[in-house]
Amino acid sequence: MWKTIVRRVLVMIPQLFVLSLLIFIMAKFMPGDPFTGLITPETDPARVEELRIKAGFYDPWYVQYVNWIGNAFQGDFGRSYTFNVPVSNLIAGRAINTLWLSLLSVFLLYLLAIPLGVLAGRFQDSFLDKSIVFYSFIVFAIPTFVLGLINLFFFGYELGWFPTSGTVDIKYESGSAGFVWSKFYHILLPAITYALLATTGIIQYLRSEIIDSKSMDYVRTAKSKGIPINKVYSRHIFRNSLLPIAAFLGFTITGLLGGSIFIETIFGYPGMGKLFVEAINGRDYSVITALVMLYGFLTLLGSLLSDIIMSIVDPRIRID
Amino acid sequence: MKNTEAIEPKEIKVSSPPTGFQVIAREFMKDKLAMFSLISLIIVIGGIYYWAWQIDQTQLMRISLRDKLAEPGEKFFLGADKGGRDILGQLIVGARNSLTIAIVVTLITGFVGVVIGLVCGYFGGWIDNIFMRIIDFFITIPSLMIIIVFVTIIPKYSIVEFILIMSLFLWVGTARLIRSKALSESRRDYISASKTLGTRNIVIIFKEMMPNLSSILIVDMTLNFAGNVGLETGLSFLGFGLPPSTPSLGTLVSYATDPFIMENAWWNWLPAALLILFLMLAINYVGQAIRRSADARQRLG
Repeated sequence: MWKTIVRRVLVMIPQLFVLSLLIFIMAKFMPGDPFTGLITPETDPARVEELRIKAGFYDPWYVQYVNWIGNAFQGDFGRSYTFNVPVSNLIAGRAINTLWLSLLSVFLLYLLAIPLGVLAGRFQDSFLDKSIVFYSFIVFAIPTFVLGLINLFFFGYELGWFPTSGTVDIKYESGSAGFVWSKFYHILLPAITYALLATTGIIQYLRSEIIDSKSMDYVRTAKSKGIPINKVYSRHIFRNSLLPIAAFLGFTITGLLGGSIFIETIFGYPGMGKLFVEAINGRDYSVITALVMLYGFLTLLGSLLSDIIMSIVDPRIRID
Repeated sequence: MKNTEAIEPKEIKVSSPPTGFQVIAREFMKDKLAMFSLISLIIVIGGIYYWAWQIDQTQLMRISLRDKLAEPGEKFFLGADKGGRDILGQLIVGARNSLTIAIVVTLITGFVGVVIGLVCGYFGGWIDNIFMRIIDFFITIPSLMIIIVFVTIIPKYSIVEFILIMSLFLWVGTARLIRSKALSESRRDYISASKTLGTRNIVIIFKEMMPNLSSILIVDMTLNFAGNVGLETGLSFLGFGLPPSTPSLGTLVSYATDPFIMENAWWNWLPAALLILFLMLAINYVGQAIRRSADARQRLG
């Protein structure tokens, strides 16, 4: 078990290294340099040139790379030149928003997908099952941004049930109950959209798992002992099918990250995904490189997490 | 078992197993929704290509401020955008562009994925090891972000560059799938027999192994096609897809990022969003039906 984890972590290191090299090279190809944003008509060109030399702009690329990666290890990704604050502070502020959004999404996802999956499996081939499978197929096929926009249009604009952008109404004081409620209210619609989009995997998995366990010996034994059918489901089948669902958490995190660019852009929610789009548009490449590194790291972490949970829960998948 | 003696051995009919095409046709006959999807897809895609061919794109993209945000009506069937340009024309040309990109990317990534997957699966050893490390790396990178960064680095990009950038990151899934199937296929007896006969590797791989993997490949490519339509329109939606002067379904949908247009000019973005929705659902339905015919256990008919 531990051996597997250690091996997986060790494999992550070269992958992150290659990723960082790729990002660094791409950043070098981006137009402009970190001081483009500081140049105003009054700036003395000689002063800018001096800053460039001091920041190592003319150093050989490998020296720059080593400096960059060394600083990155200490959490220093340079300064954002559109916002003129350290990149790590900027990202940390946005990451908290994304984190809240993700937590609520994951909660809603399980709240929605687990009952649907269980019902579909239990009443296999019924009308209910067919509708649930049909629903999960549709959300599987819809692109994130299309569902996001349609939700925003109907529930935000047409029906006016939800706010259409931002994180919190300005009228509330930070920390008050109204503030917390307003914050929750603002992330509800994007979180629902996220949750809907991610349901397919869990529904399909739970459904087939429950159909499989119906014919298992332990279920037949329980039934023949006269245990009520509802109890057979809640005690035996459900518990056995539920654990592997935990393993989806890692994949869900990865999926949420990919979708966050679309969701946050559509709902005007200031998280990491929206920051990335802003940084690209502003050619703010210290922010871009840091975000791509962070997303790459989180993707790796997500799949590692899934594998670990999977090997704890399901001994058949254990690889070592 | 009581009927055993009733079977007379005088007439033994040897039925040949149905060919791949027959199985697929039977599957579509059984699944009305898939049949409907297939027919409507053919009509819609054919119609889009034929119609777009008759539209003059420079004429279409000419700005006419007098018609700014014109409502759907006599002059413009689906209204006009902020620049007074016909939405219906942009929808048709945009759909043609989006579909073309998705088709070309699917073909390129399918070809590269198949070649790499087959070679890795057949030879194994160090070739497989090298490619697997590369594939592992591609899986870990946040490809959406890297594609966006790539698009912004390239100083002048057109449809061709955009297709190449997308293809660069999307062959990985197919390669992995084909490799795993090729690995088990290459251990079959017919491959060993062919090797003993001295058949050249390249002939074994492409003439003997590939036909047996073709059903999986078709399923994978159909689903990839749907995914590529989604990715292209998504990137164009964010503004990192096709250049602004080239219509795309995603660009039309992106008009909705302006709250005023979202609320008051639904004809700017809703038709494109619904067309994307239709394409994705229909392609996925067709893909599911083909998948069922490729896997005997799932077949309906």
